[in-house]
Amino acid sequence: MSEPVLDVRRLAHAYPDGHEALRGVDLHVHRGERVALLGPNGAGKTTLVLHLNGILTPTAGSVSVSGLPVGAPHLQEVRRRVGVVFQDPDDQLFMGSVHDDVAFGPANLGLRGEALRARVRRALEQVGMQDYADRPPHHLSYGQRRRVAVATVLAMEPEVLVLDEPSSNLDPASRRELADILRSLDVTVLMVTHDLPYALELCPRAVVLHDGVIAADGATVDLLGDPEQMARHRLELPFGFDPRAALGHRPA
Amino acid sequence: MGAGHGHRLHYHGHSPVHRAPAHLKIATLLAFVLLVVATPHAWVWAFAAYAALLLGVVALSRVPAAYLAKRMVVEVPFVVFAVLVPFVSHGPRTEVLGLSVSEPGLWAAWGLLAKGTIGVLASLTVAATTEPQQLLAGLRRLRLPDQLVQIAGFMLRYLDVVTEELGRMMVAMRSRGCDPRSPRHWPAVGRTLGALFVRSYERGERVHLAMLSRGYDGRMPDLPAPAHREHA
Repeated sequence: MSEPVLDVRRLAHAYPDGHEALRGVDLHVHRGERVALLGPNGAGKTTLVLHLNGILTPTAGSVSVSGLPVGAPHLQEVRRRVGVVFQDPDDQLFMGSVHDDVAFGPANLGLRGEALRARVRRALEQVGMQDYADRPPHHLSYGQRRRVAVATVLAMEPEVLVLDEPSSNLDPASRRELADILRSLDVTVLMVTHDLPYALELCPRAVVLHDGVIAADGATVDLLGDPEQMARHRLELPFGFDPRAALGHRPA
Repeated sequence: MGAGHGHRLHYHGHSPVHRAPAHLKIATLLAFVLLVVATPHAWVWAFAAYAALLLGVVALSRVPAAYLAKRMVVEVPFVVFAVLVPFVSHGPRTEVLGLSVSEPGLWAAWGLLAKGTIGVLASLTVAATTEPQQLLAGLRRLRLPDQLVQIAGFMLRYLDVVTEELGRMMVAMRSRGCDPRSPRHWPAVGRTLGALFVRSYERGERVHLAMLSRGYDGRMPDLPAPAHREHA
């Protein structure tokens, strides 16, 4: 196989208070894959995400992004390659206007003038928010803010898009619109979520993080269709949801 | 949604006052207020001139008087104080409407009222005619340290977020039978404000993480001003 976009080896992390959030995570994500990262609360999902772009430093083990080890000398390039969309768009949109928020990342990469304008325009078009460039972010609806948050990261042209709970707090229509956008992007995706139908809809592959290790890794439909394994990892489907039947209706 | 229009002090318009560069307005406001404050109480004619000048600018800005008047209520605590001064001050007494008041106190009250009102009205006029983002750009052009402008920018951006959070906390308190207005419940309100501070602090940390994730290195990048960029 080709070089993985995300290559996580024996990754362990203990917080200063001694809590061991990760105890040897191995994960490989290849170009073009869409992978769901599942797991109960407190399994270490957010800790793992913060290692992927070098916000947290491993206690042991390593992370590489397309062959580039995550570490001090090239953090800037790592953060360009790994775009993290955080859960609360109000945390991600901190500038006075949508345009400035989307421009923030590429401008930090040194883009100016027409190149910067083109990036911003294209990223906003990808999420269908090009008409809102001059609006202050807090005047947008929650779903629109989430889309702009995705655009702020797309503007950096990342190799892998990491989304933390992308469907949380969205109404069903906004949730579907975001799914359409994510499907339309030609980018590797790692999606942290508790929304299992969403994971099934968007990600052919799922990995389960439980107690700081990867406890399962396989086809999403197989995992969701295995009640015993689901129960072991404290995962539950919504009432009446049948993953195999749902896949029959999946949009192409 | 609940947020409504974020900038409650701004009044949309296209008058010459609206169009004037923000840094000029800020510098003029500062100079004007300093001049007003430095003027001795007894120069009543000078205050009349300031007021006339200011009202002229307000008329030019075409911001409705009622709009500004409503926002003048921030001055009320100072007015109350000014009204009390003649009664509690020492010095020679004089009669006003049959009440015995202190003459120096009366002058002090006049000075406080005149300077306060002109200062507040001038500030409100600048706020009503300048978009918050322009104000920030103006401060930057006046060479205010970048760190301070950044802090002001974040304050503008998150004022509504924090206000909404406080609103939700107050609703949650009322839903559990606690009236934030009653002094009996003030300890609970105090703890709520403490919690709000902790939450805002944590949000600050999350925002910082989000900034680092997009390559922030301690300096805000230079972004083109809205006027200089084309519209998609």
